[in-house]
Amino acid sequence: MAWLIDDEIMDRVERLEIDFNRYGVDAYGASKKDMARAGTVMAWLYRKYFDVSVHGIEHVPKRGRGMLVGNHSGGLALDATIVSASMMLEADPPRLVNAMADKFIERVPFGSMILSRIGQLTGLPQHAVRLLNDERLLMVFPEGHHGTAKLYGDRNSLVRFGTGFVRLALKTRTPIVPFAFIGGGEAIPTIANLEKVGKFLGLPYLPVTPYGPPLPRPVALEIYYSEPMVFEGTGNEEDRVIQGYVGKVRDRIAGLIERGVRIRKGRGEASQS
Amino acid sequence: MKVLLTGIAGASGRLVAHKLVASGHKVIGIDRRPWPDAPEGVSMHKADVRKRSAEEVFRSERPDAVVHMATVTHLARRSEDRYQINLQGTRAVFDHSNAYGVKQVIFVGRHTFYGASAASPLYHGEDDPPQSVNVFPELSDLVAADLYAGSALWRYENLSTCILRFCYTLGPACSGTLASYLKGKRVPTVLGFDPLFQFMHDDDLATAIVLALDKSLRGVFNVAGPSPVPLSVVIREAGRKQIMVPEIMFRLAIGRMGFPRLPQGAIAHLKFPVTMTTEAFREATGFVHEHDHASILRDFLDACPVPS
Repeated sequence: MAWLIDDEIMDRVERLEIDFNRYGVDAYGASKKDMARAGTVMAWLYRKYFDVSVHGIEHVPKRGRGMLVGNHSGGLALDATIVSASMMLEADPPRLVNAMADKFIERVPFGSMILSRIGQLTGLPQHAVRLLNDERLLMVFPEGHHGTAKLYGDRNSLVRFGTGFVRLALKTRTPIVPFAFIGGGEAIPTIANLEKVGKFLGLPYLPVTPYGPPLPRPVALEIYYSEPMVFEGTGNEEDRVIQGYVGKVRDRIAGLIERGVRIRKGRGEASQS
Repeated sequence: MKVLLTGIAGASGRLVAHKLVASGHKVIGIDRRPWPDAPEGVSMHKADVRKRSAEEVFRSERPDAVVHMATVTHLARRSEDRYQINLQGTRAVFDHSNAYGVKQVIFVGRHTFYGASAASPLYHGEDDPPQSVNVFPELSDLVAADLYAGSALWRYENLSTCILRFCYTLGPACSGTLASYLKGKRVPTVLGFDPLFQFMHDDDLATAIVLALDKSLRGVFNVAGPSPVPLSVVIREAGRKQIMVPEIMFRLAIGRMGFPRLPQGAIAHLKFPVTMTTEAFREATGFVHEHDHASILRDFLDACPVPS
């Protein structure tokens, strides 16, 4: 066994239905070995550190293009990481989730290198179109970076949604799988976002928690996937029309969050009594 | 068909000439450099494409097609000289082709046209604009020559113009940007970056050019071989040792201490990928690359063994 690679995770990586060349690298630079290594660490976080429960994973298409669209919850890409891990660890067959990374990461040494080795590209429209036409599973957070900056009190709310994802789905005829991620705000309870310090570190901002650094606490995390939504169109519709579709997806996600929070509260009260 | 080949004495030029002769074409070569052991079926003219003597070759030989490979791509050469050859030379080739009844011109361009930068996408389509002229000004003459050649598509309507943008080539020729970068025992890279590199076999480049001629291809096309691989893998499979150097030190060390002589702008090409889609060319010509990664690297290693 190679260093820090779990056999079970390597086996899951081997079962990914994507083309790798003789060096174990796919067309976008994702490497089997690095994915298995990252997956091994992720599996420990996923299973041992956090308590993750996934609902409705059967709604995610087993193969073919798809777009996971959800809310941001918790900074430092905790949400994206755990959702990707759920598709790697719980889906059968496992699927590689391609997220769209923030552009600043490309410039940072090791940033683009590590991300591309585990199958993550920069958030460019060209990348999204290409991945979907390649029958990949794309993950999109339409709240953008405003969504990651939510403070603790707003952890289960949604900020404004961008519209690009719906145009993309229409243009590439991709089903949208809405999901809700709950608990990220409790894992990293952000009380403030420091912009100047963040800029100094090369980040858009630095989240701060009551205990200082934005390190996630070992809490319960939940993912709710729901039925795919397919819209008809070309992607060249007026903004008014697109906004309507965006609203439908947003409402679905808001509903999922509401349901999840209710269950979470109920469980919390039950465990206290 | 009578094919005039500019830059014939270069490593790729020779391969293309051999392939053209083998597929039954008559080849006329123009180059400032000699090619003493040119094969039968090739008539050599020692001339500079920008000069009168080159025009005389067009006038007397009346070729059916022209393959323009006389662009300087390596960066060691003084840039003003390069600028002259690449831009004025390209202009002269198109002017003469139009004046002396040439039917088709193929401009052999490079993938570096697109430029490497953090903000540029993986897999450029032919319609992508050149993006890093500002970070890598040394390449601006090649970008300009490529765009100028493209303008021949509307400037000279009776001329079938084809611009081919090739990825890196590697193989028995042991020459070209990537080959010279990989030549040494140790190959420096920028710490924390491992871009995808797209490369094809020297022979496949020649095959693609001959195909484009046979199909009278018109338009702009990217040409690449097998799927790209990370730079670290290329270095490892070429039997070399990768030395990761922090960017600040890399900038200082360029041209010293056995480091390759590169302009500062070239560092971007060691940090970010320049990869292209090549479906359009494959569809239009039926091109299939013959050599995969292993075969390309084996031929490169045979021609360019690791120095001891």
